Amino acid sequence: MAHGHHSNEKVVYVGDSRVKKSNHPNIPPDYTSFPGKSEAFIPNFLLKEWMVGCVVLVGFLVWTIAEPAPLGYPADPTNASFIPMPDWYFLFLYQFLKYPYVSQDYILLGTMGVPAVMFGALLLAPFLDTGKERRFYRRPIASSLMGLSLIASIYLTVISWDHYQHILEANGTIPEHIEREEKAREAAEKGEERPNYTQPKEEASLVEANDPAMDIAKQAQCVGCHAADLKGQGTTPSLVGVGDRLSKEELAEVITNGRNNGAMPSFKDKLSAEEIDQLATWLSKQKVAAE
Amino acid sequence: MFKSVYNWIDERLDITPLWRDVADHEVPEHVNPAHHFSAFVYCFGGLTFFITVIQILSGMFLTMYYVPDIINAYASVDYLQHKVAFGQIVRGMHHFGASLVIVMMFLHTLRVFFTGSYKAPREMNWVVGMLIFFIMLGLGFTGYLLPWDNKAYYATKVGVEIAASVPVLGPYIADFLYGGDIVGAQTLTRFFAIHVFFLPGALIAMLAAHFIMIRKQGISGPL
Ligand code: HEC
Ligand code: HEM
Repeated sequence: MAHGHHSNEKVVYVGDSRVKKSNHPNIPPDYTSFPGKSEAFIPNFLLKEWMVGCVVLVGFLVWTIAEPAPLGYPADPTNASFIPMPDWYFLFLYQFLKYPYVSQDYILLGTMGVPAVMFGALLLAPFLDTGKERRFYRRPIASSLMGLSLIASIYLTVISWDHYQHILEANGTIPEHIEREEKAREAAEKGEERPNYTQPKEEASLVEANDPAMDIAKQAQCVGCHAADLKGQGTTPSLVGVGDRLSKEELAEVITNGRNNGAMPSFKDKLSAEEIDQLATWLSKQKVAAE
Repeated sequence: MFKSVYNWIDERLDITPLWRDVADHEVPEHVNPAHHFSAFVYCFGGLTFFITVIQILSGMFLTMYYVPDIINAYASVDYLQHKVAFGQIVRGMHHFGASLVIVMMFLHTLRVFFTGSYKAPREMNWVVGMLIFFIMLGLGFTGYLLPWDNKAYYATKVGVEIAASVPVLGPYIADFLYGGDIVGAQTLTRFFAIHVFFLPGALIAMLAAHFIMIRKQGISGPL
């Protein structure tokens, strides 16, 4: 033993030890100045706390089982119609920044001015409110400022949520996580598998790409608009998988008479009925969805 | 058995004072809901801590399945939610816990404010508390992106756009968060790192400071 102590002795750092013997008295803060019945933290109080904790935990577990955590569709950066919505505790700020005088030309006031002052004041509250008085009803300024901010935040949050519901209704949009759950339920009721949005769609390509109908498509300049592989370009839709959407008769109708005021031109005069029939037959076989 | 192991360690390291220091204190009557029901407001700090622990534990389990890249993130969350045994519970706890912890923290802050407990000598603890507050909001913001669904994507986009409108610093903040020009692969890995390593690390350090100060100063007296 380096210190030459009796081996049963508690460690006492003296002699050659580099750690000083601590004389720090281990006396808990004295609560005798507080009136009434105080209680030992361990074990009395802690046991009660744990019992309450267990009840809360069980309640929480039941909640997570009854109410699955929401999940929408995979992020699609090209989706222009999605209505952005932060989590609820940011709504007050989100809504606040929509008001004139704190947005656009005045955005400086919106991001830096008001919130920075508010949060700065909150951060430094003990140095702004230095009085000795602790009771809130004897601190009218501090209490009413906090009360007002609270009411304002709640108001902004509610307005923001209302506004969101309103847009959803106006656009007839169902939030994605709800729609997704709805579809999953429907599938389950029909005994089908849950729709899966995670598998990347197999790069679909033309069915029977060597069919003579493809030559007609090339000659008739379908490829000019629908692209060489008929997968579409710009606003012109892909014809791969068109058989899922349209029947043979509908296809023949589109080709014969065109659609959308000639955006899709009529081929009544350019192709024979037989060629149109051949094209429509072939296009109707262009299915992607798994059978 | 347990006692002899304890004694063996205690003989060498003198650990008794360590935990006695933490454990030995009284709970005064004015904060004990068993005596005054209205004293439940003093429980919100403890409840915040309780849920913070739940968040850390459930988060640790989430990272066993979660994959922070833009191709697999959504798929891994979907898989956890629907295929993994108890996955729904783990994800549910972390998802709803995130809101619950914020609620509890708000209530705790209000209790401290309205009881004037932030006043001398507890100013520093209030400031540390506010830092915790911001860290929590940061955790909420970065965690929101991770499931990589449309809601996550667009909320983050708007959030960073707002941050970018801050003068001078804005573009740097946006650059730091985006790691590029849009919400993309870099953004997701950054948010993951911030959410899982940086902020929890800071949070734990701040919580330690918070609790040490409470222990040193004791709870504020009755009004
Ligand atoms: C001038 C460019 C142009 C040419 C040439 C053209 N299309 Fe189209 N096609 C369009 C556009 C644009 C649409 C979308 C019309 C709409 O908005 O409803 C369309 C739509 C279609 C549709 C309906 C697709 C759907 O998903 O509903 C079919 C089928 C079709 N075209 C087949 C053909 C065939 C077969 C040819 C060649 C014989 C051809 N198109 C040539 C522009 C063209
Ligand atoms: C993760 C977040 C937090 C946790 C886990 C936490 C935990 C606690 C706990 C357990 C206490 C003991 C008293 C009580 O339970 O009410 C306490 C006291 C205190 N907290 Fe927090 N807190 C958190 C955040 C905050 C915030 C956001 C603030 C305010 C800005 C704050 C300021 C204080 C102060 C000043 C005290 C001393 C109060 C007194 O002595 O009466 N804390 N905290």
